Amino acid sequence: MSANSVALAYLIASVFFILALKGLSSPLTARRGNLFGMVGMAIAVATTLTITKNWALILACIALGGAVGAVVARRVQMTAMPELVAFMHSLVGLAAVFIAIAAVNNPVSFGLPAILPMGSKLELFLGTFIGAMTWSGSVIAFLKLSGRMSGAPITFGGQHMVNLILAVVMVAFGLWFFFSETTNWTAFAAMTAIAFVLGFLIIIPIGGADMPVVISMLNSYSGWAAAGIGFSLGNPMLIIAGSLVGSSGAILSYIMCKAMNRPFLSVILGGFGSEGGAVAASDQGQKTYRSGSADDAAFLMGNADTVIIVPGYGLAVARAQHAVKELAEKLHSKGVNVRFAIHPVAGRMPGHMNVLLAEAEIPYEQVLEMDEINSDFPNTDVVLILGANDVVNPAANVPGSPIYGMPILEAHKARTVMVVKRSMAAGYAGLDNDLFYMDKTMMVFGDAKKVVEDMVKAL
Amino acid sequence: MIGEVDPTIINLTVFVLAVFVGYHVVWNVTPALHTPLMSVTNAISGIILVGAMLAAGPAETDWGVWLGAVAVTLAAINVFGGFLVTQRMLEMFRKKDKKGS
Repeated sequence: MSANSVALAYLIASVFFILALKGLSSPLTARRGNLFGMVGMAIAVATTLTITKNWALILACIALGGAVGAVVARRVQMTAMPELVAFMHSLVGLAAVFIAIAAVNNPVSFGLPAILPMGSKLELFLGTFIGAMTWSGSVIAFLKLSGRMSGAPITFGGQHMVNLILAVVMVAFGLWFFFSETTNWTAFAAMTAIAFVLGFLIIIPIGGADMPVVISMLNSYSGWAAAGIGFSLGNPMLIIAGSLVGSSGAILSYIMCKAMNRPFLSVILGGFGSEGGAVAASDQGQKTYRSGSADDAAFLMGNADTVIIVPGYGLAVARAQHAVKELAEKLHSKGVNVRFAIHPVAGRMPGHMNVLLAEAEIPYEQVLEMDEINSDFPNTDVVLILGANDVVNPAANVPGSPIYGMPILEAHKARTVMVVKRSMAAGYAGLDNDLFYMDKTMMVFGDAKKVVEDMVKAL
Repeated sequence: MIGEVDPTIINLTVFVLAVFVGYHVVWNVTPALHTPLMSVTNAISGIILVGAMLAAGPAETDWGVWLGAVAVTLAAINVFGGFLVTQRMLEMFRKKDKKGS
């Protein structure tokens, strides 16, 4: 194929990628969107095959990777989606680094001059360091999300100073690489190694419940890494696809920060939740709460007209989504109006709860976003909170509270509140929740799945 | 004559416009589909596969080619895994849809 035909085919593929994202504006068009994405990718790969050699090797590698990807996609539990996404971000990062190294080694095979011009060097530098940071950051995110590493923030004195110094040193090596007349492998290798370490250091201080931001941010990085490689190779399709992903991740990070009312920078600098623990301990006092059994809760819900269920991370951990669906159906058959209220940061990634409820085949008309349902709480008989805490904490309305200003689900305005929780322990923000001590609140202690199953039996 | 435009400038043009397109398209994504959005963007960032194929592509085989081959494998996991898991999730949203109507 001529260079022009290749470029045109890449343009078509790029348009398909835009259509893929556009499709996700509604569940009705989303599947077609995904299909568009696949078509775009097929065009891109087929076109690239016409300009490369080593077909056997390339096709074998695609088949191998494709088989692994297909098996993982089929087997993964919906509760484990955040881990899978983090894992896949890491792959993009590592691939970007390998490609950049290969391009420095043999620029001609990428259509670049044998002696790399400065512009290409700069682009390769960007692609490599973003890729390397994406890789190590995602590995840490994966380990934290899958519970192989504690979700607690890891902080040490002078942490930000260390990061800053490393970043400066990395840029210095980058400049050395940039201004060397021949290929300076020492500078390139040192710069890449520091980028790997930085990615690692930047993610360790960020705690478990800030993961929706981290994972969106890494999503964004993986896009910028692809775009960076696109710049290095002078390939507009990579730039377009990478930018789409990059801006998508950036927007998701923004939405998540907004939903926690925390500045992006403070999330990224990390450490949240570690100092908050002291507040909870001193604040606990002798407040009394009322606890009840699953049977009592089931009785109250069975006699209610309207019930709103608020799912949180606890539901995902207990894998209670199918039990919840049974509960909703039981109540529905008794004439109770059951709906679900989703806070944007519920769970460990954007939209996590929606997918779990979808897996349990709960009709999406019953699943409402915070803004859609918040005004209905005062007219609701029973709110059932399953493994959520900070997102329903009325302390968000109290000036001076660490979560002041965070938009919450106004569960405290309902006539009766039932909270299913394992213990009275504070939520991620380390804050006590006044909702639990209100007269109209009943605590039901236990594993979310077990409790919900008991409720279903009692109905 | 003003001479030829540096390709980097052209790339920059494409980049800026693509960011704008991405910004506007993504704001229209319904929050319920944010997880599928992440997995499909994951698959799309697997476009880096194209760069990996070029790295694995030259006729004379040196270590760079093998590095490229590994990158092809990694990116292919992303592409297939990303699209297929998105499809699986979106099927779930459809099942409910049928029931609802």
